[in-house]
Amino acid sequence: MKKKITFICNDENISIEINPALTVLDYLRDNKRLTGTKEGCREGDCGACTVIVGRLNGKRIVYQTINSCLLPIADLNGKHLVSIEGLNLDGLNIIQEQMVDEGGTQCGFCTPGFIISMTNYFINHSEYDPEKAALALDGNICRCTGYLGIRRAIQNVIAYLNSIPRKNSNQTDFLMKAQILPEYFSSIPKRLKTLSKEIQYDKPTEKKIKPRYVVSGGTDLFVQKWESLLESNVRFISGNEALKEIRKEGNTIFIGGAVTISEFENSPLIRKHLPEVTKYLNLFGSQPIRNRATIAGNIVNASPIADMTNILLALSANLNLTTNKKKRSLPLNEFYLGYKTLNKKEKEIIENISIEIPSKEHYFNYERISRRTYLDIASVNTAALIKSDGKRIIDISISAGGVAPIPLYLKSTCNFFKGKEINSDLVDEAAHYALSEISPISDARGSAEYKSLLLKQLLKAHFIKLFPQLIEVEVLV
Amino acid sequence: MKTYDSIQHVRGESKFVDDLFNPEGLLYGYVYYSSIAHGKIVSINLKKALKYAGVRGVFTAEDIPGENQIGGIVPDEVLLAGSKVDFIGQPIALVVADTKLAAKSASKLIDCKIEEYPAVFDPRIACEKGELIIPPRIFSLGDVNNAWSQCEYIVEGKTETGGQEHLYIETQGAVAIPVEGGGIKIYSSTQNPTAVQKVSARILNVPMHKIEVDVPRLGGGFGGKEDQATAWAALAALAASKLQRPVKIILPRQEDMRLTGKRNPYSSDFKIGLNKEGMILAYEVTFYQNAGAAADLSPAILDRTLFHCTNSYYIPNVKATAYSCRTNLLPNTAFRGFGGPQGMFVIESAINRAAEVMGISAHEIQRKNLLKEGDEFPYGQRTEHCRAIRCFEEAEQRYDFKMRKNYVEQFNQENKLVKKGITVMPVCFGISFTTTFMNQASALVHVYTDGSVRISTAAVEMGQGVNAKISVIASKVFSIDISRIKIDSTNTTRIANTSPTAASKGADLNGYAAMKACELILERLKKTACNELKFDDPKKVEIREEHIFYDGNRTPLTWNKLIQAAYLRRVSLSAHAHHATTDIYFDKEKAKGKPFAYHVYGTAIIEATVDCLRGTYKIDSVKVVHDFGSSLHSVVDRGQAEGAIVQGIGWMTIEEVMFDGKGKLMTDALSTYKVPDIQSAPKDMEVHFLEDAANPFGPFNSKAIGEPPLMYGIGAFFAIRNAMKAFRPERQFDFVAPITNERVLLTLYPAERFSGMKPDLAIDDVKTPAALVY
Repeated sequence: MKKKITFICNDENISIEINPALTVLDYLRDNKRLTGTKEGCREGDCGACTVIVGRLNGKRIVYQTINSCLLPIADLNGKHLVSIEGLNLDGLNIIQEQMVDEGGTQCGFCTPGFIISMTNYFINHSEYDPEKAALALDGNICRCTGYLGIRRAIQNVIAYLNSIPRKNSNQTDFLMKAQILPEYFSSIPKRLKTLSKEIQYDKPTEKKIKPRYVVSGGTDLFVQKWESLLESNVRFISGNEALKEIRKEGNTIFIGGAVTISEFENSPLIRKHLPEVTKYLNLFGSQPIRNRATIAGNIVNASPIADMTNILLALSANLNLTTNKKKRSLPLNEFYLGYKTLNKKEKEIIENISIEIPSKEHYFNYERISRRTYLDIASVNTAALIKSDGKRIIDISISAGGVAPIPLYLKSTCNFFKGKEINSDLVDEAAHYALSEISPISDARGSAEYKSLLLKQLLKAHFIKLFPQLIEVEVLV
Repeated sequence: MKTYDSIQHVRGESKFVDDLFNPEGLLYGYVYYSSIAHGKIVSINLKKALKYAGVRGVFTAEDIPGENQIGGIVPDEVLLAGSKVDFIGQPIALVVADTKLAAKSASKLIDCKIEEYPAVFDPRIACEKGELIIPPRIFSLGDVNNAWSQCEYIVEGKTETGGQEHLYIETQGAVAIPVEGGGIKIYSSTQNPTAVQKVSARILNVPMHKIEVDVPRLGGGFGGKEDQATAWAALAALAASKLQRPVKIILPRQEDMRLTGKRNPYSSDFKIGLNKEGMILAYEVTFYQNAGAAADLSPAILDRTLFHCTNSYYIPNVKATAYSCRTNLLPNTAFRGFGGPQGMFVIESAINRAAEVMGISAHEIQRKNLLKEGDEFPYGQRTEHCRAIRCFEEAEQRYDFKMRKNYVEQFNQENKLVKKGITVMPVCFGISFTTTFMNQASALVHVYTDGSVRISTAAVEMGQGVNAKISVIASKVFSIDISRIKIDSTNTTRIANTSPTAASKGADLNGYAAMKACELILERLKKTACNELKFDDPKKVEIREEHIFYDGNRTPLTWNKLIQAAYLRRVSLSAHAHHATTDIYFDKEKAKGKPFAYHVYGTAIIEATVDCLRGTYKIDSVKVVHDFGSSLHSVVDRGQAEGAIVQGIGWMTIEEVMFDGKGKLMTDALSTYKVPDIQSAPKDMEVHFLEDAANPFGPFNSKAIGEPPLMYGIGAFFAIRNAMKAFRPERQFDFVAPITNERVLLTLYPAERFSGMKPDLAIDDVKTPAALVY
């Protein structure tokens, strides 16, 4: 099952025959004995294993953080892998120094992951904002410091970088000058270009053995089944450019099956046409997770509480499925037959997802409550797309997650709302009505009782937020 | 004051147990454990597991050559269950294989039949059944029975505090390597190397001198590796001894969470009596500690709950009773605060309930009853250098409590759905192991001929900065640059009979021992200097920043030259020293004595905002005045305070350990058990170091810091609760922590709790609020 993988690990060109499903975490620790990358949870929830991965984009390298515990080495082909060891200079760089001086490190186990995420923030921004830099650490957990020292370190690094005069150099060059990145970073674009000529990517058509798994982002599969993946024939499709496209045709947006949440979030097309949607995306997983997790994966994973699916249900998205031979379309709300049971043939993959662009008369809101706001799976989530003249509901679609075995579209509640005038009594009644459509269970994310109450509250929240002038809050609480 | 630990950390160069070299022939162990909470083991069939490719051995209780016993305080816990199981997660077998994957896969082939017995999970029920780990403990002062009649107000109630997962980011683990003569060298991630040594020797039936334990450092401990690191090390030692191959056991995260105990949950009853002026006259409290299935450290934790049951207040009449209740859950264990937080939560709840009944603010009652100099604690010790009032008043002034309180009230008038709450949380925490004999430590100091220094102590570095502090102490004693000093790993061959690094005492005990050892060498160096310089009075020799002075005058001698001279004159440049805290004692029978070397004081002001539509909240700010003594290392001390506060807030708010009806842990991953992240931790935190606060009982007048600030986090509960009260002023609220989003919402909307729900959805495991009594 071995495969040849060619990439750059820190400053070293690598070309090896290896099990393509081996995680980069295990490769670094066991094969390379680079132990600065730590295993903390093996589920993308602690960030101790965070690495930076760079890919060639034209003449430049685009770097992003990824949880190495969920990253198959197959996806390093043609990329630049940076672990903490690849950032070290002779002395401490300013990020490392500030983490020491401000008490941003105590036991030190999570620290390399934090340094990696901070460095990646500075690689990707030339104007700095301490709050945004802190958001770039949404995938890193520290149990010792309480994060205050880490926040101080960020502020001091920003002050330092702002004090250095910069000419029109690109950010990587600037960071090399600022002694944050080692000099070898300047050689990477050329080296990757040369390397990429040697690489043979998987082509779906060449596959003769039927794969047991088709992996794109793998952020859930590598949590649940990493052992099985190591022992199976796996097809990796995240490099498939044909599935990476986001395009607009008429009033419809098509999102490719391998588009990640980050790509969706940063797409100018999406930002222009679905601005209301993008502002919630930083609540999904963490930045390293969003860099890998795909929208299609969120859909086929069929978690009843999936965030993206929840939003897409309210946007009345359509799925376009393909087997390479046959194509078909169906509305997303007809895709779920039961708990983790899909209206999908085994060979079908999602080629793309299509969404009608909402008009100016559409109001959109998304609500999600989790135990912890960031990097946590919601207890209940709900999205609402309401077409209104400002008084009446012309059309409405509402989704509800975490309250049924499937990601739910609240069909009868929507029918109940349709055509009616918006006021507090209507909302109160409808919120109550919605309970007849749901069947929550008790689990670690909350009791059934809580989830029912919470959904009611969140349905009210949609209207309080979108139509404040029409709602008297006293009636609703 | 950069120290090499943190410099290595930020470069990813620090070596934790799993990062150390992989010895030749290394095998990997995976622990097979019970999936039944209580029952009799009928049979264990290992055949299939043993046949699995790569498996080198599977070990059960029968394979233990020595005594199958790991209990520390009470001998009531086996290493591997042989005849019965007492909790889900109890180790039954160890599978050892060439790879981690093979060991885990093979473990699934073990066929263990267990006949299930009824199980108990509730500490009050266990207590009723007489399932107690130790006889009940009672602390008392004055006479509560006589005092009630003098009280204007008597208020009763019930409180609950939940467990807490340590969630050190480095999971438990050990590597055991066979050495000649039947010995084993163990690298362990433990706070208690001597316990690992002692238990491994007992399991293997060899003298302790055959077992060497080395602890490089810990990726977090928080108490979770004080007693509960031992089993994994002993299991690795057992397999290494049997197979004569090195064996590594690193618990995967899920197993770490499923197999190791947590902070003890408590259920408690209180009765508090006050006079018209708000002076507390009497306090009666009963604690039901959920110990889990074995004693572990629960009896000592129980004691500390009693020691801190009156927190920072003087109460003339106290009766505190505590039960350590045996249930069929994981044996619970030490966690930063060690029972103190559980005790303090109850008195704070009692004060808050009393304030509600009296129609005044809790702050008023707190303020009036703070400890003063010479006040007696329920355990007989009197306060010395008491700083409770100083910290409280300074916090009020420095952070303008009055203004903040007005602001919160104003805000609440102006906002309907969003409310704010503010609270004050004073803390008084006693420093010393309450088991007196444990208050000892030793140190070994070597000065090498190039003038560099290497120090071994009993202290384990786990992020708390004990290495940094000991370096500071040595550099002060010798007056040399801190870069000359290296603190060694903790090793039982260099330092024997160590007390665990716990009870916030690591830097105090080991710092004093290191100081003493350095002083021994310094005395010799002073004599050497006299000999070298032909002076006669060693007392007049002084080292100032690596230069040797005599009678105040600088001499040509430097540190390096002096060390060289000493070596050539055949003067010993090594010293071992032992330290024991003097003047502490405690009579367990009478529950009276002077158990603590000193107390740590401080006060926090905490503000929170609650979204009363969604039931979510945010901790807005934490403002603290804390008594650090004369800080040895301000970066370390500030970091300890900040980190402990956030951990305490986590315990009170989002961290919830949940079991299902069968005693299976539901929150066994980071996806279900949430600890504070950078966004949920308060951004606005100020920790002011109380000035002019030298502590005569700490090295260079410093104070211990590890645990006390955790208890400021209790204020988060009351700040949130106060905001909720502003939304529903007419309602009675309970005292159940953690105050999760779920609990907030269900408390704010009780009328709607069951309305509109199908009856089958009202499931059993929803914890209904404790009955409201007063």
